[in-house]
This record gives sequence, structure tokens and C-alpha cells, in this order.
Amino acid sequence: MPFKIIASQCTSCSACEPLCPNVAISEKGGNFVIEAAKCSECVGHFDEPQCAAACPVDNTCVVDRALPRYQAPV
Amino acid sequence: MQSITEHKGCRASAKTGRASCGSQAGRGDLPVEIWERVKNHPCYSEDAHHHYARMHVAVAPACNIQCNYCNRKYDCANESRPGVVSEKLTPEQAVRKVIAVATTIPQMTVLGIAGPGDALANPAKTFKTLALVTEAAPDIKLCLSTNGLALPDYVDTIVRAKVDHVTITINMVDPEIGAKIYPWIFFNHKRYTGIEAARILTNRQLQGLEMLSERGILCKINSVMIPNINDDHLVEVNKAVTSRGAFLHNIMPLISVPEHGTAFGLNGQRGPTAQELKTLQDACEGKINMMRHCRQCRADAVGLLGEDRSAEFTSDQVMKMDVHYDLEMRKAYQKRVENERVSKVAAGQKELAGVSGEMSAITVLVAVATKGSGLINEHFGHANEFQLYELSTSGAKFVGLRRVEGYCQAGYGEEDRLSVIMRDIRDCHAVFVAKIGGCPKSGLIKAGIEPVDQFAYEYIEKSTIAWFRAYVGKVKRGEIQHVQRGVPPRWPGDRISAA
Repeated sequence: MPFKIIASQCTSCSACEPLCPNVAISEKGGNFVIEAAKCSECVGHFDEPQCAAACPVDNTCVVDRALPRYQAPV
Repeated sequence: MQSITEHKGCRASAKTGRASCGSQAGRGDLPVEIWERVKNHPCYSEDAHHHYARMHVAVAPACNIQCNYCNRKYDCANESRPGVVSEKLTPEQAVRKVIAVATTIPQMTVLGIAGPGDALANPAKTFKTLALVTEAAPDIKLCLSTNGLALPDYVDTIVRAKVDHVTITINMVDPEIGAKIYPWIFFNHKRYTGIEAARILTNRQLQGLEMLSERGILCKINSVMIPNINDDHLVEVNKAVTSRGAFLHNIMPLISVPEHGTAFGLNGQRGPTAQELKTLQDACEGKINMMRHCRQCRADAVGLLGEDRSAEFTSDQVMKMDVHYDLEMRKAYQKRVENERVSKVAAGQKELAGVSGEMSAITVLVAVATKGSGLINEHFGHANEFQLYELSTSGAKFVGLRRVEGYCQAGYGEEDRLSVIMRDIRDCHAVFVAKIGGCPKSGLIKAGIEPVDQFAYEYIEKSTIAWFRAYVGKVKRGEIQHVQRGVPPRWPGDRISAA
């Protein structure tokens, strides 16, 4: 579930959208967003996350560290 | 494809002294079937670019490689260079825009898909647009440009889509050099970097070129000249693409300034000088035509090369326009253009006949202020660029462009602008204009550049040859002495780009 697109850096080039094996990426109001619930980090489909590999701007398709699974256990 | 690869370009023949250039309405010695396919294409035929317009529709935003000279994040309506657009279009918006432009600008004969990313990295949008345009406006020629990475996969689709011309950007055939130009590619669901990435890219590009040539699609190769990286190497690229059936080679200068945010712009990589570019183009000329009239236009450019009208056709404006496709009106207009072209060439030939008896080794460079149609029809002060012609007893040969900032810019430093222009064209003997004010006139004369305004609104070839004839005559009679003009402008102080 972990990838997100940093909207301020996204050029809206659409390169990532057709590559996502889970159809988790869509355009909303001119910005591309990843539906977190659908993202599988491409595990089982490809060797590397497709959105991040195709994105022309470095550090724009990134792991969403805010998600609970990345938080230290209480 | 032998006929394509083995013909010699019109400029090549001018070099060897044969005065074939300009015959048959600018055909040069191109084979008839090739000429028929390029004669109305402003990017493929230098003569056509005076008369016919093209447009690009920005339906292809995604790219599958990263180039160090490209940063597509930057978007500015006042910027004119590849990869820049003001708005992305859907295929449906694109076809509406095509019809709107075709109605307003009947000399628009070519539609290209040139990004802002890579046409073939957006195959669904690209081919849908082409299909819709074929249906709505069947007389418009289709072309697309690509980096070639995905090309081998789409060659058959390109043929089915009735694409006439394909441009492939090939900057290297040596992966070691490629690694300095391309930081990465995205191929087969994987990101590749370094030499491995460049090796895949060059193999795919050359394979794609061969496949297109086999299928009879005309291919133009674009190469970006990057000093100290691929400048010498481009001669080898030229050989590689010529032997694989490319029809035209367009070597463009790297555009590199920090404000564009490209890797090369930020690391201080410089672009080539006008002279370096011309030397390389001359070195590559021979078996393949060299394109020298490229304006490195935007991915949503509209109009004649060098006259961008894209701002008139934004989506908002296009939606308000009453658009219906009038094929008859377009045909009638284009017939008038053809008649004009024929009379232009005939006039040039007639003038040339008068000079062909003269034996003279003199060649001079002249600058021409023009808005198109092959006429001297621009005011000196309004010219944003001058077209350079090399004159000799074999005719007037177009050798490139010099871009300058308009002399008549309201408000500031007019004297400054004049000296900038004089520096920009200091290797020219004369400048042909429709009109010129008294002050710049005397300035030019003082600088040794003859301002010529007696051929206002007349054909370029005919007028320049007539002037040349008179010039040679004066030299022969000893009235003037022929002297070589100074060297062309040099980087970095000079804001010039040639061709």
C-alpha cells in the first residue's frame, strides 16, 4: 500500500498511469494520485515499482512513510 | 530504398558546381517520388518551409527516457524550444484544434506529434489522434517524432496509421557517449542506467530506423550537437543513419541555459557556436540532405516555421471557433501557393542563366529579412531572424538562420540593438530587406554591410542572384574590391543560433 506521488513535484506527464499493474493510479483534477489501498509496490508483478521507475522527476513517486505500517510499534 | 540513400542533396550539388538546385519548383535532384512526398512538408523540404505550415498537437506528455538536455517541467508561452507546451490535449481536443487551424491557415499541410514527451511512449493517445485526424481531414500529412526506444514495437502500427514521416532523435551510436547524454531509460518494465541503457537505446533506434526504411516511410534524424560530448561523433552517427536509409539529417545546437533547469543547463555545458554547427553540418553533407532551416520549435507549435501562432489556438479559443473542414477551399489556396512557387523558381532560374556564363570564384554570404513565401518581405527592424544565403555562380544556397532580437523594440536601447544585429551578421556582405530606416542604413554601410532594399517584396533567389551578378560585375570592372568578411559570431558573448 505504500507509494504516493508528491503533487508539488509531479509534472502530470501520465507516464506512471498505464504502467500500474493494480490500476491504482488515476488523474484527479490535473494531478495523478495513487490509491493507497490498491498499491502493492508491484510485488509479484515486476522487479521494481513501475511508477517510481518511470517517473521523470526524482523522489516524486515515493514510499508513503506516514502509513501505519511504517510507524514504530507503540 | 537505394534511391533515397544514394541521392545527393540539392545543396551537395551546389557545392560541386552543378546548378541543379531550384529546378522544378525546388525539387533539386531528388527522385520524383520522394519529392512528391516532401514538397509540402515544411520540415522535410527547405523550399516548402517558405510556403507551407505545420502544427504539433501535444497529446503525448509521457516519456520513456531521460535526456540531460530536457526538462519538461518547465512551461512558458514565451519559450520556443522542444519539449515545451502550454497545455496538454486529449485526442478529441487535438482533432478539433487541427480542423480549426486547417480552416484558419489553409497552407497547414502537416500534423506532427512531437511530445512534449515521446509520441510512442503514449501509443494510445498518439494513434487515436492520428486515426481521428485521418477521418476528419484526410489530406493532412501525418508525422511523429520519437526517441526510438519503443519504435521497433510500433513500426507496423505506424504503417497502418498512414504516417508519412517519422523523426528519430539519435545523438550517438556509441554507448559510452550515450551514457553522458542519457542518465536512464525505462524499458521492459525496468529502469536501466549508464552504458547498458545507452546500448539498449542505440540498438532500438537503429533497428527501428531500418524497419521504417524497409517499409518506405521517410525518416528524418534529429541530432543535438553537444560540444565535447558528441560533436565529433555525429559524423559517425551521420554515416550510421545514412546507411540505414534515413532521408534527412538535422543537426541542431544544444540549447543550454541554467534557467531551463536541464542537467546540461545546470552543469554549465555550453551549446555550440554558429560556426561550429555549420562546420559539422558541412562535414556531414554528402550522401544525405542536411536540414538547416530547423527552428527547434515547441511541441505545440502552429504555423510557418519561425512564425509560431500557437497562442491563437488555445483550447478555450478553439472551442469558441466555428470549425468545419473545407477541403475545396484548402485545395484552391494550395493551388495558388503552388503557382507562386513555380513562378518563384522560374524567376530564379532565369536570373541564374544570366550569371552562369560568368566565371568567378567569388562566394559571398548575404542575410535576408523574410516572413515567408520566399519573398524579401520583412522590415529590417522587425526581423527576429535572418536567412543566410551563400551566393556563387552556381546559385543562391540557403545555409542557415541567424536569430536576433527585434531591432524595433519599443522602449530601450535602439542603438544597442543595431550593434547586436551588426555583430550577428558581420560575416555577410549585404542584408536584403523590404524596408529600412535611415539611421540603421548608415550604420550598416559604415560597418561594411550593404543594405539592399531595391528588391522589396520580390523573390529571394532571383533578387540575391541579380545583386550577386551586379557585384561580380563591379569587381571585374575594378569599381570595388572583393574582400572576405569577418568571422561569424562566436559563443559565449553572442546570442546566435544558426540553422
